[in-house]
Amino acid sequence: MKSKTADRIATGVFVAIAIIIVSILVGLFSYILINGFKHISWEFLTTPSSNIRAGGGIRDQLFNSFYILLITMIIAVPLGVGGGIYMAEYAKPGKITDTIRSCIEVLASLPSIVIGMFGLLVFVNVTGWGYTILGGALALTVFNLPVIVRVSEDSIRTVPRDLKEASLALGITHWHTIKTVLLPSAFPSILTGIILAAGRVFGEAAALLFTAGLSTPRLDYANWNPFSEQSPLNIFRPAETLAVHIWSVNTQGLIPDVEAVSNGSAAVLVISVLLFNLLARWIGSIITKKMTATK
Amino acid sequence: MQICIYPIMTYFRGVWCIMEKIIPAKERLIKSSKNRMDGELRGKILVILCAVIMISATISITIFLGTKGLQSFIKNGVSLIEFLTSTHWNPTNQANPEYGALPFIFGSFAVTFLAALIAAPLGIGAAIFMTEIAPSWGRKILQPVVELLVGIPSVVYGFIGLTVLVPFVRAHVGGLGFSLLSGMIVLSVMILPTITSIATDAMGSLPKYLREGSYALGATRWQTIRKVLIPAALPGLLTAVVLGMARAFGEALAVQMVIGNVRNLPSSILDASATLTTIITLNMGHTTYGSVENNTLWSMGLILLVMSFAFILLIRYLSSRRKL
Repeated sequence: MKSKTADRIATGVFVAIAIIIVSILVGLFSYILINGFKHISWEFLTTPSSNIRAGGGIRDQLFNSFYILLITMIIAVPLGVGGGIYMAEYAKPGKITDTIRSCIEVLASLPSIVIGMFGLLVFVNVTGWGYTILGGALALTVFNLPVIVRVSEDSIRTVPRDLKEASLALGITHWHTIKTVLLPSAFPSILTGIILAAGRVFGEAAALLFTAGLSTPRLDYANWNPFSEQSPLNIFRPAETLAVHIWSVNTQGLIPDVEAVSNGSAAVLVISVLLFNLLARWIGSIITKKMTATK
Repeated sequence: MQICIYPIMTYFRGVWCIMEKIIPAKERLIKSSKNRMDGELRGKILVILCAVIMISATISITIFLGTKGLQSFIKNGVSLIEFLTSTHWNPTNQANPEYGALPFIFGSFAVTFLAALIAAPLGIGAAIFMTEIAPSWGRKILQPVVELLVGIPSVVYGFIGLTVLVPFVRAHVGGLGFSLLSGMIVLSVMILPTITSIATDAMGSLPKYLREGSYALGATRWQTIRKVLIPAALPGLLTAVVLGMARAFGEALAVQMVIGNVRNLPSSILDASATLTTIITLNMGHTTYGSVENNTLWSMGLILLVMSFAFILLIRYLSSRRKL
């Protein structure tokens, strides 16, 4: 009888743990969204931020976040997918492959602040660029690369062996098989992984503090010349992203409406990350349906 | 959606088509083996290049941070023993600057272990709930919950800690609110999803006959979990906790916003404190590059790097035990 009571108690504890975790999530999300929605308005999203006065928006920070994300992905996706192809198709078991695997593991486990420091050393000081979007994007590439490599490798490995063997049996070379058979079949899961990684990059701040900086120059959105100082497209300008903005107004800010600005920004950030997640699932399931015969 | 996806796919194919020039069939047949071999080589070189870039990134991070981090000991003559064991941090004192980083090293370890102490039971409990208690609906609810928790950016955790947790601790527990306790709670929520998802994998990969054998002997579910499943999955569960701790150790901004950032050794859990990461974030921006104080910050970064290597070795050790 005693062991049955213990069993009941233990079950109760496990259910309680599950309830605690769900309520943590519900609490966090409702707090962020309820407090944030009050402050999100078209005006908040389209006015530039202010350093001293109340009523600043997040226009530039929002643009910077997406722009840095775009540049990061332009660098990281080809590198990561290439690395994934190498690991899945070319790497032979042995010392070199083990080394590469350890390198990926090390990169994946580095704290983002350490990557930020590396970025500060190499992309800011050694190159002499100062705080730039490009420096930030390169730091984020280091941060993001292991994720994309792992996703691509796993997706390519899960392509059925028959497909690859059939293609090779038709006399098609290895690289051509990778291009025309393996990559298209692995495409849905690679894309899903990349979008999820993009969500992570979007919310990252510690790696950007010392690489993309804490300020944004006055931007002129009519200026599309990427080499102009005021152009939003210039990749050699400092850029404060949304996540960094939340941190800086809370720890170093002088504005009186810190709470309002950070509530609004936090909600925008969380909603964006949420959208990335939903988009990843949605696109993943749709492409899988299109490419395979499953309903 | 059809409109959306297909152009992307055809775009990718289109790019490849442009790269392979379109030539008449006869010539293509004659040249084909050579062309194919060229493409083969080009492709191989391309992906090997990607792999090389990855290795060189890792090696250059280690070398750059290593040399920069050692400079304060080699060039500036800061004593390594003092750096690691002294509790006096006063780099701005002109006459007698002191570089004892022990309070921050201690803070990092304290907050990491305390966070793991909370998050490990919760995470492993959630994993057991998902795999043993309610494998069908429990998993359907908790899996997305865990994924959403991973997705919340760390600054948002820090901000909520700052606006909700810190005033709460100040009002109901005591102290200033900025404390080890707040840091520990924020971190434990942050590492909870890491621990949960890896522990779930560890529990889920246990062979079915373990459970069935135990139930067949008349054991209750709790006895099965406690005596059979947890010991069998132990290396995997420990890996989950270590990975969570590695994340907690390196987390910077969220902790920095709630821990108070003082340079003294905390005497209780309600005292404000500081960690290696928080001191780096706070001071890196406004110390002169190349100064002694700045160099000691790089030494702290080196400690973070070394610790992340140590965590990897620990995980390697644990997973080698799992294979046995």
